[in-house]
Amino acid sequence: MAENIVFHFDVDGEDFSSAGGASVTVKKKLRQLGIAPEYIRRVSIAMYEGEINMVIHANGGSADVIVSDDEIKIVLTDTGPGIPDVSLAMQEGYSTARDSIRSLGFGAGMGLPNMKKYTDTMEIDTELGRGTTITMTVKIA
Amino acid sequence: MHKMKLSEIVDSLSLSVVTGGIDRDFEGVYAGDFLSRAMSRVEADDLWITIMNNVNVIAVASLTDAAAILLAENVSLMPDALAAAREKDVTVLSSGLSVYELCVALGRYGTVS
Repeated sequence: MAENIVFHFDVDGEDFSSAGGASVTVKKKLRQLGIAPEYIRRVSIAMYEGEINMVIHANGGSADVIVSDDEIKIVLTDTGPGIPDVSLAMQEGYSTARDSIRSLGFGAGMGLPNMKKYTDTMEIDTELGRGTTITMTVKIA
Repeated sequence: MHKMKLSEIVDSLSLSVVTGGIDRDFEGVYAGDFLSRAMSRVEADDLWITIMNNVNVIAVASLTDAAAILLAENVSLMPDALAAAREKDVTVLSSGLSVYELCVALGRYGTVS
């Protein structure tokens, strides 16, 4: 494809009934674009985790997915509380999710680790009280 | 494990079909309730055994291309989850057995290689 294809989504905060909706839509779109299933799976997992994080921790935000010839870029932006200790948040099993959230099956402390594991690059830009932007890429052949 | 039709285990384990078709093959089994764990461990065409019954389970099953969700201990889907399963065409099965009993039964049936 000559031009990049961009998808934009607004993610509602605290709305668990539609959480994951943007990821499901992106998955469908990538399938329509003929992207290989292994890349779609990785993008879906990373984006779902990011989307859920924004719902749980940041009262929502926005998600942009940019598809170019050689990569899929996912940019998640929120104006939430920021991440106080990124290296701690990156540890598998570390979670600050409330009990009410855990009872829904979230809060395994695998969100950020999964996002890193399933993407080729991940950058976290976070500032306490200002918000967090996470940029991830998945290289496609 | 080899491929097996959902309909085969529905019959042999006396599972209830909550929604969706059972003509699809499944190739593996994952059991667990934390969504992030399931998200990374459920492979396409897996059967996912869980006791979680909310709408987010449907999103995870859909994103991972699970062959079906199998609800243990007669857990029933929340109404919005049932609606989402129908809309996303996710097959949901249920059983009165516990997660452990279902795993043992599936293993005996030959789903563990």
